[in-house]
Amino acid sequence: MKTFAAGTTKYVTLVIASIATLLPLGLILFGSFKTNQEFLSTNPFQPPENWLNFDNYALAFTRGGMALAFFNTALIFVAAIIGTIFIGAGTAYALDRFRFRGRSTVLILFLLATLVPGVTTQVATFQIINGLGLYGSRWALILLFMGTDIVSIYIFVQFMRSIPRSLDEAAMIEGAGHLRIFFQIILPNLKPAIATVVIIKGIGIYNEFYLPYLYLNDPDTLPVSTALFAFKGPYGSQWEAICACVVITIIPILLLFLFLQRYIYNGFTSGATK
Amino acid sequence: MTTASSSVTGQVAANAAEPDLARPTRKVPGGAGSRSAWYRRLTPYLFLLVPIGLLLLLTYTPVINMFWYSVTDWDGLDKTKNFIGLDNYVEVFTDPDNLRVFYVSLFYIVGSLVQMALALYFATILSFKVRFKNMWKGILFFPYLINGVAIGLIFLNFLKPGGGLDTVLLNTGLESLIHQWTGDPDVANYSLAAVSVWRYTGLTFVMFLGAIQSINSEIYEAAALDGANRWHEFWSIILPSIRPIVGLAFILGISGSLSVFEIPFVMTNGANGTETFVIRTVWMAFQRNMVGLASAMAVVLLLFVLLVTWLQRKLVPEEEVDLT
Repeated sequence: MKTFAAGTTKYVTLVIASIATLLPLGLILFGSFKTNQEFLSTNPFQPPENWLNFDNYALAFTRGGMALAFFNTALIFVAAIIGTIFIGAGTAYALDRFRFRGRSTVLILFLLATLVPGVTTQVATFQIINGLGLYGSRWALILLFMGTDIVSIYIFVQFMRSIPRSLDEAAMIEGAGHLRIFFQIILPNLKPAIATVVIIKGIGIYNEFYLPYLYLNDPDTLPVSTALFAFKGPYGSQWEAICACVVITIIPILLLFLFLQRYIYNGFTSGATK
Repeated sequence: MTTASSSVTGQVAANAAEPDLARPTRKVPGGAGSRSAWYRRLTPYLFLLVPIGLLLLLTYTPVINMFWYSVTDWDGLDKTKNFIGLDNYVEVFTDPDNLRVFYVSLFYIVGSLVQMALALYFATILSFKVRFKNMWKGILFFPYLINGVAIGLIFLNFLKPGGGLDTVLLNTGLESLIHQWTGDPDVANYSLAAVSVWRYTGLTFVMFLGAIQSINSEIYEAAALDGANRWHEFWSIILPSIRPIVGLAFILGISGSLSVFEIPFVMTNGANGTETFVIRTVWMAFQRNMVGLASAMAVVLLLFVLLVTWLQRKLVPEEEVDLT
């Protein structure tokens, strides 16, 4: 009897938590299919009259520039991720495979940097980006995303240790130089680490708002998060259009989550504990 | 790759333990061995050139500059920066509008404790036998993946007068509880902190669940033989085993609470008494051009975060310190 009660409590709390999680999302989905008239006159729990009313979605793409925003996000992501991979793998290769003067200083520099939260220093970072003439450019974001990501470097350093040194040594005996070893042996063997970094960094860049808000001003360069924020201004009274825009930004992340669940969980737990 | 034998790891670890420069340059017969020694010695520096350059440019220079700006009256544009001593710091700690941001942080700190408690509860029950485990896990975690701006808008829609929450209260006979959730200064910070809990519980939960699942199952079996019930198991096995992760979630929670930005910025833009540290710093630096004062705010925030991290390391000694 006691275990039955315990079992029921367990499921009751899970159901309550799930409702609390899904309800706000469900209402956004309902709202996104309503007409303006309908949105104002019906209660939020009433399903839309026409589930095929895609007018709000069309508006989000034509007026909200969501297609351009996805393109900008993709551009920033691709450039930043390539940079991050080379920086992370290069750092890991140098630190794990070589013993050199200053190695421990380098380790301490990276370790201390993990303690400095990026949000706190933007007041001063802004001056540097501005001094480089990058204010308003997507390059500012690319540079910041690849240059301040210590977590990715840690993931690469950790993983590098599991690649047997005998592989490098065999290649060296065959006459390969360090660059060739790096590109032909280290990088291909780092694939699982690269996959982890691509997933967690991809989600991070897709969701980042603070940096694009500070550094980008031209509407044509805005990535998804700031484009969504900018859309709220002129369409503040058309909540059904905002709902559609929100749904559009959630769909890609939902699909990614459904297909790559296991990798996403692993990525975030390993990323967070480094 | 996951099958890399433990002997290899052991050997690598042994190599890593050697002090700098202790390992003699080994001559390998053939190609690489005939390369000049200076080239070999230069290689790691070449690989580190860009990473270290960016680290110094984008992390260390800003931190140092920030300390310097914080003792000047700089407006961000002027060529000259006048040294004004600790005046900015005095202003940070005496202007009531600046002090208020510390008070607002408390709501989020309490929120992060609630979040940890919820995460711990759900991680514990989902680590035992439950039907549809993956579905529950997925639902609880998913909010963490949503864009902060989208979350702000989702909850503006949910909390607005006549929105989802009001409708629920109205239909359950609790209409006396209805408030202006984000408009009333007495309530707004509770609402925003609750939205933060909604957003971040999933991450904390998945971290805890991962830690609980890595506990050796033999320990539970031994405890069961000793007649331990679930409650005993939680206090004497689960909680002690995941203490390092709880400690980590605690620092992430506190430093996150001090640096909240997106949720209050999108939902209220700091109005109705919801201004946070970062919103105020950004406003000072970029709207009011008070870079000196904003830097002092940022330095204070940085020192708070470092203090919390240090305290946490003191109180919960980390078992897996892992630098290399």
